Amino acid sequence: MDPRFRGDDVGRRKNRLGRHGHTMLGFIIRRTLLVVPTFLAIAFLTFVAIRLVPGDPIEVRTGERGISPERLAEFRHQLGLDQPVWKQFLDYLWQLAHGDFGTSISTHAPVLSEFATLFPATLELAFCAMVFAVVLGIPAGVIAATRRGTFLDYSLMGVALTGFSMPIFWWGLLLILFFSVNLDLTPVSGRIDLLYYFEPVTGFMLIDSLLSDQDGAFLSAVSHLILPTIVLGTIPLATIARMTRSAMLEVLGEDYVRTARAKGLSPFRVVGIHALRNALIPVVTVIGLQVGALMAGAVLTEYIFSWPGIGTWLIESIQRRDYPVLQGGVLLISGIVIVINILVDLLYGVLNPRIRHAR
Amino acid sequence: MHKLTRLLAATMLVSGLATAAEAKTLVYCAEGSPENFNPQINTTGTSLDAARPAFNQLVQFEPGTTNVVPGLAEKWDVSADGLEVTFHLRKGVKFHSVKGFAPTRDFNADDVLFSFNRQWKDDNPYHKVSGGAYDYFNDMGMPDLIKSIDKVDDYTVKFTLARPEAPFLANLAMDFATILSAEYADAMLKAGTPEQVDQVPVGTGPFSFVAYQKDAVIRYKAFPDYWAGKPKIDDLVFAITKDPTARWAKVQKGECHIMGYPNPADLEAIGKDPNVDLMQQAGLNIGYLAFNVTKKPFDDKRVRLAVTYAIDKDAILKDVYLGAGQPAKNLIPPTIWGYNDKIVDYPHDVEKAKELLKEAGLENGFETDLWWMPVQRPYNPNAKRVAEIMQADLAKLNIKANLVSYEWGEYRKRLQAGEHQMGQLGWTGDNGDPDNFFFLLGCDAARPGGQNLAKWCNKDFDDKLKQARRITDKAERTKLYEEMQVIAHDEVPVFNIAHSVVFEPVRKEVVGYKVSPLGRHEFTDVDLK
Repeated sequence: MDPRFRGDDVGRRKNRLGRHGHTMLGFIIRRTLLVVPTFLAIAFLTFVAIRLVPGDPIEVRTGERGISPERLAEFRHQLGLDQPVWKQFLDYLWQLAHGDFGTSISTHAPVLSEFATLFPATLELAFCAMVFAVVLGIPAGVIAATRRGTFLDYSLMGVALTGFSMPIFWWGLLLILFFSVNLDLTPVSGRIDLLYYFEPVTGFMLIDSLLSDQDGAFLSAVSHLILPTIVLGTIPLATIARMTRSAMLEVLGEDYVRTARAKGLSPFRVVGIHALRNALIPVVTVIGLQVGALMAGAVLTEYIFSWPGIGTWLIESIQRRDYPVLQGGVLLISGIVIVINILVDLLYGVLNPRIRHAR
Repeated sequence: MHKLTRLLAATMLVSGLATAAEAKTLVYCAEGSPENFNPQINTTGTSLDAARPAFNQLVQFEPGTTNVVPGLAEKWDVSADGLEVTFHLRKGVKFHSVKGFAPTRDFNADDVLFSFNRQWKDDNPYHKVSGGAYDYFNDMGMPDLIKSIDKVDDYTVKFTLARPEAPFLANLAMDFATILSAEYADAMLKAGTPEQVDQVPVGTGPFSFVAYQKDAVIRYKAFPDYWAGKPKIDDLVFAITKDPTARWAKVQKGECHIMGYPNPADLEAIGKDPNVDLMQQAGLNIGYLAFNVTKKPFDDKRVRLAVTYAIDKDAILKDVYLGAGQPAKNLIPPTIWGYNDKIVDYPHDVEKAKELLKEAGLENGFETDLWWMPVQRPYNPNAKRVAEIMQADLAKLNIKANLVSYEWGEYRKRLQAGEHQMGQLGWTGDNGDPDNFFFLLGCDAARPGGQNLAKWCNKDFDDKLKQARRITDKAERTKLYEEMQVIAHDEVPVFNIAHSVVFEPVRKEVVGYKVSPLGRHEFTDVDLK
């Protein structure tokens, strides 16, 4: 090889390595700093949006009788709603700065403790749904891509398109009616059979049921998870399968894949190692983006399956104009979504050095 | 697949069901989570149902009826002038024990005083705890009605009233008049956790509280020392299931025994299920259209009558209520005593309506507004649709009705101020006393801002209303209310639309469950086959 090239190459690599350590740290710092204005913006938007919905927390709760202007004024004052909105917002920020998310107007319980009780259920369900989607979606996409144009490809992608457009509400009720009521295979709803009773330890029913040491509790928890997992996982599964297929198709046409094939590598190595690894980058992006979609899907899934998570909690907070719950809940969820997105960004680098260097 | 089912079934059998056969567990599919466990402060039916098993009141509603019977008070005397009501309390009544509190004494007058003073007196240390709203206590007019509450001795409490008021006893049977433990409250105040009183209930009721997991489950167990005898079931579980179709699926599979609020679309299937009884009863409510008699042309009785004849009530029932309603001819539902069944409702008769309009000099019709509330209510599932049907019916008389609506809070305010010509609203009863409905047509409520949306003040009607409040004899009161219904029928201040019909699917193995006319879900007397 021409020494000039070699020298140049070494120089560039050195430079790149140096920049790499530097940029990685810089990247994390930059992203973390960006979180602050993002949070402020989310806090502000939620704060204003919920106040734009007509009706305040006190009037919404009263029935036909209504409420006398004196009592209304008294309660508004108690909640600080008689202050100008900008002052309410600054007070709220001050409260947040002290780690106080406020208390629910309807239950009078701290928002943070309600969130902590309910969130593990959502996380457990979302995690299972994601695992379900990835474990089935990626192989389905790979198979469809490698068998491009065959009957198998068309059927897989046909199913994926159906799944992608599945109305969650209808899908959930359909599965309940079929598997629970008609076939009697799965329970209708809830997280575990009501005959089992133990104090939550971690909030994750799969773990708690094991810790409880009660016979059959774990199996009961698993059987309760099956249908909601399928329902919540369907749309991400379809999305991942379709994305994997198209990413794979693109990569399979690349020169290096042809080279790998020409070198006589086994099809498994070519597809599974060389192609898939590169194809996964856009797929990981999609998986990261699905977190938001999962949260949206969780609202309906939790409602249908009486899953005690944060989805229905937030919806009810809107119906009740429970300002602190909605504001706190949205902020906490956004925080989690932001953190996951940063992690996904970092994961790109692990998967593909080119991206790491480019930053 | 079959293997898996069998394996699952076997595991369940060994673990859970074997023990379930010994202990009788009743599972109620509840429609939501409670706000808290104190009926004094919570306001939704869901929350009241959730807390009720733990508590008693001085007087109670006999299950399945609106009759007031002794509760924690064995008997009571009313003074001749009706101003003093003295309660003689039951002795030997025990409170529940919960984690962190074990009672050292029986129920007595101090508990009664605490329970009312907390809601009534600003200086009670508990008055501000958990938001301190006490909506029912205030809405039922208790602060103005009660002059004093005195402890005569440990087992005698005297209420002095500002005026004689017959419905007072029925008020005390309501959930807000629940008796809490004063000893528990003191203990929690000392411990610095007063809110605990509203989160972990301690009462004298048939079931003692075990646990609550938000949006998932509420657990109660039968209280062995209950003063009226231990309930027949051992455990009472509320499985919180928000979707009505999922609730029905759970009842079908036997995961729940009883559910409330079925989806109207499922009613047909529920009726056909051989394992389930579909119980039903008229709801304690009324949906109506009020004519504002202070505004033209509704100051003219003939116009109100014409509109009444013109609207096809049966079409509304069929189209909007989908079988879950019954046509209303009186302001009170037929489950309330004093209901005048002799009244014959006005038929749907367009010709008669035209005639009446002609008499009133409005044969060419007129323009008016017609208000509909923007929310679904128990007595009216879709006020907008009702308004549209009425609009179409009125168009046949050349009456142009413009539909009007506002945000719910604003809507009520404007109606109560009397801004409308015709406005829909309704009422859900609190205590099963006719007065609790008829005050809606009284003169006091006809002032701007009052709840009489017809703004109709008829002296004859109002005199009888006030008289019925002063006397306690039920037969005499019944007579007065029957007469009042005749006046209201003749004068048509409102067009009575419908009472809802409440459906409750109950599995056949459940014994002794009664649908409450008050919309409650009560399990004290229930057993399982």
